[in-house]
Amino acid sequence: MPLQSLDIVRRSATTLPSPEVRGAHTGQVAKLIDTTKCIGCKACQVACMEWNDLRDAIGSCTGHYDNPPDLSENSWTLMRFTEYENPKGDLEWLIRKDGCMHCADPGCLNACPSPGAIVQYANGIVDFQEENCIGCGYCITGCPFDVPRISKQDKKAYKCTLCSDRVAVGLEPACVKSCPTGAIVFGTKEDMTQHAEERIVDLKSRGFEQAGLYDPAGVGGTHVMYVLHHADQPMLYSGLPDKPRISPTVSLWKGITKPLALFAIVATAAVGFLHYIGVGPNETDERDEDAARRELEKTP
Amino acid sequence: MTNHWVDIKNADVVLIMGGNAAEAHPCGFKWVTEAKAHNKAKLIVVDPRFTRSASVADYYAPIRSGSDIVFLGGLINYLLTNDKIQRDYVLHHTDLSFIVKEEFAFTDGIYSGYDPVKHRYDKSSWDYEIGPDGFAKVDATLSHPRCVYTLLKQHYARYTPDMVERVCGTPKDKMLFIWDLIASTATATRAMTIMYALGWTQHSTGSQMIRTGAMVQLLLGNIGIAGGGMNALRGHSNIQGLTDLGLLSNQLPAYIGLPLESEQDYGKFITARTLKPLRPNQLSYWQNAPKFHVSLMKAWWGDAATAQNNWAYDYLPKVDKLYDMLQMYELMHQGKVNGYLAQGFNPLAAAPNKAKMTASLSKLKFLVIMDPLATETSEFWRNYGEHNDVDPAKIPTEVFRLPTSCFAEEDGALVNSARWLQWHWKGASPPGEARSDVEIMAGIFTRLRTLYAKDGGAFPDPILNLTWKYAQPQSPRPEELAREYSGNALKDLADPKDPTKITRKAGEQLAGFAELRDDGSTQCGCWIFCGSWGPTGNLMARRDNSDPSGIGQTLNWAWAWPANRRVLYNRASCDPSGKPYNPARRLISWNGTAWTGVDVPDFKVDENPAGGMGPFIMNPEGVARFFARGAMAEGPFPEHYEPFETPLGYNPLNPNQPQATNNPAARVFADDREQFGKAAQFPHVATTYRLTEHFHYWTKHVRLNSIIQPQQFVEIGEALAQEIGIATGETIKVSSNRGFIKAVAMVTKRIRPLHVDGKVLHTVGVPIHWGFMGIAKPGFLANTLTPSVGDANSQTPEFKAFLVRVEKV
Amino acid sequence: MSLQPADRIERYRAPVRITHWIVAISFVLVAVSGLALFHPAMFWLTNLFGGGPWTRILHPFIGCFMAAAFALLGVRFWRDNAMQQSDWMWLRKFNDVANNREQNLPEVGRYNGGQKLLFFVIIVCLTCLFLSGIAIWRQYFSEYFAVDLVRFGSLLHAFFGIVLICAIVVHIYAAIWVKGSIRAMTRGWVTPGWAWKHHRAWFREVTKGIQQR
Repeated sequence: MPLQSLDIVRRSATTLPSPEVRGAHTGQVAKLIDTTKCIGCKACQVACMEWNDLRDAIGSCTGHYDNPPDLSENSWTLMRFTEYENPKGDLEWLIRKDGCMHCADPGCLNACPSPGAIVQYANGIVDFQEENCIGCGYCITGCPFDVPRISKQDKKAYKCTLCSDRVAVGLEPACVKSCPTGAIVFGTKEDMTQHAEERIVDLKSRGFEQAGLYDPAGVGGTHVMYVLHHADQPMLYSGLPDKPRISPTVSLWKGITKPLALFAIVATAAVGFLHYIGVGPNETDERDEDAARRELEKTP
Repeated sequence: MTNHWVDIKNADVVLIMGGNAAEAHPCGFKWVTEAKAHNKAKLIVVDPRFTRSASVADYYAPIRSGSDIVFLGGLINYLLTNDKIQRDYVLHHTDLSFIVKEEFAFTDGIYSGYDPVKHRYDKSSWDYEIGPDGFAKVDATLSHPRCVYTLLKQHYARYTPDMVERVCGTPKDKMLFIWDLIASTATATRAMTIMYALGWTQHSTGSQMIRTGAMVQLLLGNIGIAGGGMNALRGHSNIQGLTDLGLLSNQLPAYIGLPLESEQDYGKFITARTLKPLRPNQLSYWQNAPKFHVSLMKAWWGDAATAQNNWAYDYLPKVDKLYDMLQMYELMHQGKVNGYLAQGFNPLAAAPNKAKMTASLSKLKFLVIMDPLATETSEFWRNYGEHNDVDPAKIPTEVFRLPTSCFAEEDGALVNSARWLQWHWKGASPPGEARSDVEIMAGIFTRLRTLYAKDGGAFPDPILNLTWKYAQPQSPRPEELAREYSGNALKDLADPKDPTKITRKAGEQLAGFAELRDDGSTQCGCWIFCGSWGPTGNLMARRDNSDPSGIGQTLNWAWAWPANRRVLYNRASCDPSGKPYNPARRLISWNGTAWTGVDVPDFKVDENPAGGMGPFIMNPEGVARFFARGAMAEGPFPEHYEPFETPLGYNPLNPNQPQATNNPAARVFADDREQFGKAAQFPHVATTYRLTEHFHYWTKHVRLNSIIQPQQFVEIGEALAQEIGIATGETIKVSSNRGFIKAVAMVTKRIRPLHVDGKVLHTVGVPIHWGFMGIAKPGFLANTLTPSVGDANSQTPEFKAFLVRVEKV
Repeated sequence: MSLQPADRIERYRAPVRITHWIVAISFVLVAVSGLALFHPAMFWLTNLFGGGPWTRILHPFIGCFMAAAFALLGVRFWRDNAMQQSDWMWLRKFNDVANNREQNLPEVGRYNGGQKLLFFVIIVCLTCLFLSGIAIWRQYFSEYFAVDLVRFGSLLHAFFGIVLICAIVVHIYAAIWVKGSIRAMTRGWVTPGWAWKHHRAWFREVTKGIQQR
């Protein structure tokens, strides 16, 4: 159980409500990543590695600035760079800090079969509790943003914790603290939304007509939000999903299928039981044995 | 920087050119984002590559590497012809009205006084006409045919938008749009800052590029004001401090020139540096040069420096020429240097033409490396496959490695780009046997002194008499050194107006350089730092960031040279009567009896503006110079010269004068000239640069940095990639006339081919950070490729524009 | 077919019986571990396997083992489970089946229509479980599949798992219901009367063998 100030409001694979009385009455938290202010310096990546004591492998250059090339159990955040030629023929270098979005309705938590391996705190943070993780990877299946990664080493799932340990004691996440341009800011979701609105006004005055906030309703909103120059085309930003939601397949699997299946099994057994009581067993009696014997004797 | 990092938030327009602040100075760049967020500032980036700075810019324009003077010269022409200059400012605060000597001439790219054999100018004609009163002649109407205004207009009239497009490859519409935006800061209430770095300095015309930028700023009235200035972004955390303390081989600390061979006479030496005013009632602060110099000599040689021995003048070396690094390696290459001490320096990686460097180091008897890391230089003799293909058996040089502490392992002050001396405290003790540089130097010195005392020598006095009054002679403490360069009184100092009054007792620290004396009663190791450790203690350690000014003037945070002044030339932010041009961003103003404000006035505090004293008090004319007089090697007005490895082969501005193709005043050694490549063989324009993930050749030794940028790559545009049939991630070979490197190709849209004078030019981006030492993937030193030629003034090598050929491996 | 003591007819030889029970035990383990990972209310079952991670580790291996063991049975039983015209009629008269009115049913061979149907349901289920199981086997294979395929695989795996469990419940119940069946799989023999009653065609076939002998 983590620090008490992080009250858990949802636990994975738990059928009854979690303690919910203590809530985030001063507002849930949010991290706002302003892609329009981001210079791709990767200070956030280093801060993340330092605070969380993670060290990915020293890899290779693949001909891109994205290093390491993908999220991993050791890289909970990374910058993704996209070169985009806009309709005016001007180049834009869209840089997005990728990582867990901390969905209000988290697909990972929905998909997780292990009680308490994934939790959601009252402040909105979605956190993995690796000691409860069984390593099945259902969180990966459930995530609409392709974020969780299973470690090859210990077979546990890892992702950004939004520095829940720092936030619990009133600090901002490490990435936020390290950001030199203020492209990553942290506060209540309300404040961050308001800050984003101010940024969007500024961006529109600079010719980005479609500037906007990425806080997708399909997952109930997120506790990591983006300011985008082209909010109408999130896919431009290294494939940020346009309208993310928990896959209907996953919803079906983790939704109605579960009770229906149990019902089906119990019903089958019950029908058998009732049949046994009502109709009774099908027994072989002496008459059958006689008939068989007669049949046998008929043969020469 | 004329201004400081925080002040950038006051800018209305930010021009990043010759630098890549977002990438190379991300922490300082935050003030650009502040300016954008709170000041609605527009960010312009002009660069051969679409950089990370460009990624957050409002406007980006490409430019051919090495053609910046054309772009800026065109801008000067645009501002002058469209009258988009801050007229009141330039009229009163600059030399536009000054009349230049009749003998001064400029023909086909060459100024008067050129000696084509020595590649040197006789600069005597590059000066103002002096009247019978001993002062420079001026024409306030700016109509004189030889006034600076007329000459300036004439000079840059050739830099038309068409010419700029032709030479720079910058599309005209983008250029004009950007010029127009820049011109909007010619009003009194708008400010533009220019942020530049090695993208300007590392050219054979680097100093003049910077000067051209400064001239633009002067025309717009952007020097000396909040949100304005010429802001050099320094790379190493203390490179500014190193410069201040005498980085250049011909400088004493605090920009006092070392005597030349021709200056054997002290009187001549000191008179040449004691600049008399060139206009009536000008402060001409270098009049105080004797005070600075004598105090320095007292700091160094104490009682041995007396009036009788001209303050130990004979102890100073008299230089016959500049001993910059290119000169030293040339001498080494010629076998004229036996030993070399590389302190905090990795010349094999940092100096041009690695092959020459290896050959030079191989001729040494001994090489001493003082560094926290195992540098490439310390292993130059060892074979690392194709990354360092040498035969150790053929290299007799003996290498000693002295491990030093790094900056975080010692106390002391670092001087940042903003000239702030910020004291810091060590975070950890150095590992193993590492010692601080000071300890090592002290050890070498005390041993030398013992040897001289025992065995004598040709001239032991400068060594034996050197002041060395540290509590532990083997290990002077940073506090002791800091107090020494800040300076103190050697005797009780009397008030010159009232000799009965003692203003400073013997032994007390001085509050500032105004207290320095030329009679040997004060000592100061670096006059511009005077007061940093004042009578009240260590001002560099102050950490009060309160900002009552509201514009980022945190005067109680650390200490800035000179005199804790944050914006240089701040008197120029006011009109002649002393009223601020922009009251909303007032730095100082005249209140009727004194200059007061939110900055330390860069002026005589009680000088009534009615007296006509100019704001540029370090210049004897009291105003800023468009006409550099003799200060620059290649001419008083910046002129475009092609990089020494020019992709064109001629200078489009002076096509008929081959002497004006490249910088005519640059010093090029014969063997280096032979190694220049030609466009026919090496058709691509290469430029080297730094990435945000790494710091020079250090951080490839660091795991975190190596994780986020693990392997050497070279950036090429899609068009070039297609031409040579390479896809991103494949390996390419980049060759110059001096060697080759192999690296991963990063094919990008961010580098586009430029159309220059009818040719299509491809730019090749070569990040520098890799080598054969460290834990990142081993790579080639980028300086395998670069040419050995420097700027004509600073000798900074031309790392930003040279010719290569890119091939598929 | 060898004849046992006069009142016994051999139905399953020992290797078949052993294989069956291997499959059966594997099934119980795989079903229990599957259910444990399927529904939170069943998660406590992971304790039977040494906790969640062990359950996650063991489940796919047991599943593969079961599928492989069943494959042996499948080959062995394949021919006997070919659907005949009479099997369809048998199935159509399910009401008589359920009410123990075997006299109304067509003569049954070694297996009746229900058993054959079950056989094919198991084959389909195991095939689908195996294939979808590979896709969702995170430790070794999932990275080679698109996430949407893994999602679909997860759903399929759950669906066929449930179908299989229900089918096996029916199978077990049938064994309990039709007395004498369990002995056939535990001891290997049935009484002639049992064979006569439930699998008359098979009875005739095996006794023809006796005649031949």
